[in-house]
Amino acid sequence: MSNVERNPADKSVEENAHLAATTKMVPVFIMGKRYEVPESLTIMKAMEYVGFKFIRGCGCRGGICGACATVYRKPGDYKIHVGLACQTVVEPGIYLAQIPFYPANRASYRFEELKSVPEEIFKLYPELFRCVACNACTKICPMDIEVMDAVSALKQGNIKKAAELTFDCIQCGLCASRCFGELPKYHIFQLARRIYGGKILPKAEHLKRAVQVITKEKSYDKILKSLMQMNEEELRKAYLEREIEPTTAVEDWRPSEKRFLLE
Amino acid sequence: MPYPKELERLKRKVEETRPERIAKKKRGERFPFMSLEERNALISKYHPDYREEAKREIKVGPNKGDKAAHEIVDLLEAKSRVDPLRVNLSQVDYETDVLIIGGGGAGTAAALIAQENGAEVILATKLRHGDANTMMAEGGIQAADKLEKDSPAYHYLDTMGGGHFKNDPELVYRLVTEAPDVLLWLESLGVMFSMFPEGRLQTLSAGGFCRNRLHFCADITGAEIMRTLRDEARNREGIKVLEFSPAVELILSEHGHCAGALHYDMETGEYFIVKAKAVILATGGCGRLHVQGYPTTNHYGATADGLVLGYRAGVKLAFIYTLQYHPTGVIFPEQIEGLLISEKFRGAGADVLNVDGQQFVNEMEPRDIEASAYIRECITRGKGVPTPTGKLGIWLDSPMIDILRGEGMVKREFIGKWKVFNRQGIDISKEPMLVYPVLHYQNGGLLCNAECETSVPGLFVAGEVTGGLHGENRLMGNSLLDIMVFGRIAGKNGAIYAKDKAKEGKMTLDHVTAYHRELEDAGIITDRVAPILLPDYTNPKVRQRQLTTRSMGTVA
Repeated sequence: MSNVERNPADKSVEENAHLAATTKMVPVFIMGKRYEVPESLTIMKAMEYVGFKFIRGCGCRGGICGACATVYRKPGDYKIHVGLACQTVVEPGIYLAQIPFYPANRASYRFEELKSVPEEIFKLYPELFRCVACNACTKICPMDIEVMDAVSALKQGNIKKAAELTFDCIQCGLCASRCFGELPKYHIFQLARRIYGGKILPKAEHLKRAVQVITKEKSYDKILKSLMQMNEEELRKAYLEREIEPTTAVEDWRPSEKRFLLE
Repeated sequence: MPYPKELERLKRKVEETRPERIAKKKRGERFPFMSLEERNALISKYHPDYREEAKREIKVGPNKGDKAAHEIVDLLEAKSRVDPLRVNLSQVDYETDVLIIGGGGAGTAAALIAQENGAEVILATKLRHGDANTMMAEGGIQAADKLEKDSPAYHYLDTMGGGHFKNDPELVYRLVTEAPDVLLWLESLGVMFSMFPEGRLQTLSAGGFCRNRLHFCADITGAEIMRTLRDEARNREGIKVLEFSPAVELILSEHGHCAGALHYDMETGEYFIVKAKAVILATGGCGRLHVQGYPTTNHYGATADGLVLGYRAGVKLAFIYTLQYHPTGVIFPEQIEGLLISEKFRGAGADVLNVDGQQFVNEMEPRDIEASAYIRECITRGKGVPTPTGKLGIWLDSPMIDILRGEGMVKREFIGKWKVFNRQGIDISKEPMLVYPVLHYQNGGLLCNAECETSVPGLFVAGEVTGGLHGENRLMGNSLLDIMVFGRIAGKNGAIYAKDKAKEGKMTLDHVTAYHRELEDAGIITDRVAPILLPDYTNPKVRQRQLTTRSMGTVA
């Protein structure tokens, strides 16, 4: 057994091969070169099916990391289309290319010294005002973010709106690739979200209190040490005696069993 | 493509039972939880970890005689990618105080804290900085911080119970007592947690919790944490990042300390040497090994590299026999098969149902229990939902969330998933999802103490690559917490070690040569090499013709 050459990914590979046997094959053009692939595969699986091994252009394979941005055109359609290779199913005759990286300058800053005012962003990214409102960024965003609206919000000094509108940004860089005004948008929005999260949103008072009593004053150490010394049987008993908060409980729910509470 | 006709018909059974289930949930009634005895009986029969034919004994190294999954043993019983004698150790390419291997959450947190403690840092990572399972962690991060109803003691009990009471108590103590401080730190760096208007953080429940203590950033918690930490690392001059440069061996010193690593540039094919006073291994898990053929929720690079490196250097593995199968991965539509559906859906109110639209397990059991119950329902009881792709699934009734918590909740709190399904023509705020267990997490790993130290001086470990904290089964919300708590500890201790304890000495790969000899002595004749770095999804007919590309590039 130990000497058998085994490819851990083989089951997935077999499934793709099975698909090829049972589904229609369609032509796709990968960077202009024609291949035949099963019609139900995603662009990423189709490229692997024909023999590509990704180093760049493949990441989480779950639509959240922004590594596999892909642009394509369809026969008889002048428009540029866009999608994440791991999420987008091939179509017959599509012409595609991946854009695994797109250069965009990032400003460096000391976060702790920044103030929660839009001028900080304007200073670091003066090109913000080069936006000509062409909306190409919104059209190309694979996450359907209202990119141009977020730029406009920032120009008007509305950090909150920009942060909220761009919360789903996966930083793939496609918006920067299409930008007429040369804005490195995904870096600008990252800065906006950090200022909003760290300096504008209200602070969680209960969190500060918990750090004070748990981490600093170590008020729970006595209880914790007693749990740590329990044998398995005692621990099981304590575990089973826990009261379970209903999943639908609201903030004012209180337990009736309070053995391990101090407040 | 919405659900095909046959599934539309089966979906109606879910809709038929829904009003009554909603009413029950509103009354606070629940499907009964299992006793500990019932749990044991269930997992020993149905959990993939317990399938004897899927495991074998390890023949070499510190865990000789222990059993683990074939796919993991294959890597432990494999040769180095390079002949150690051909590596010129006198030619050092980079020199630093602290070398961090792995650019996910644990590695990046370690980098920030090591740098703050005065160390020069090199962070080397296999793909791009941030390409890691952290980025994909959706649901949230645990912390007992609402002390009027919760305490670190309950967090401790939940964690131990989830891990079958096998967890290392010292590690769990650190986890639960530093949790609120981690959240405060992330808040100060600008992470946007979901909160009530006055700043109180929102929390939900998940499997195995006795309190609703899961904090989150909508449904992209890991991505929000990862991109914020990465952005901060890019601001720090003392942190140098080497992308597409995985470590393929640890380098020891003549004194037996960890002294750096041998790296491989995946783009140019060159091997190069980083010399360091302390090394932090934070390479993550092993989902891409597809143990027992399971699909995985894991990142493309999750190939257990760190286990191989640490093991060859002499670090023992703890709980390596146990892997986590997340109960709810997408089983249909196939374009998104394997995609993780966060436990938070169940925490927010979604029931799990069989083909008849009936409940068969409480939806809030710990993950191993939940997954085993789905497998039993589909395989033994014949109550799975048949998919057009010839598989079986379980319904996850997401529309309940909007009914229980108000219209728009699914789209607001699960926007990432809503969009992914919407692209497939399915509106998960109106239609249930089809799920089945998927390979999700490496519960075990390299043995360490609560200071992140291993048996090799100068070698620290943090995150999924380690074993002990989660015992035999991790709870939701404890992995993001794990990487933040122990990433920070490793960073601090690595920096202190580099300053005060590191000892200059000649570098050596003799441990690799010795490991090769041990393989030979154990009768293992193989041309397998490890770490494998990336999985290979090429169609077999094509692979047969790829005569020289095996094992990702140059193998000396």
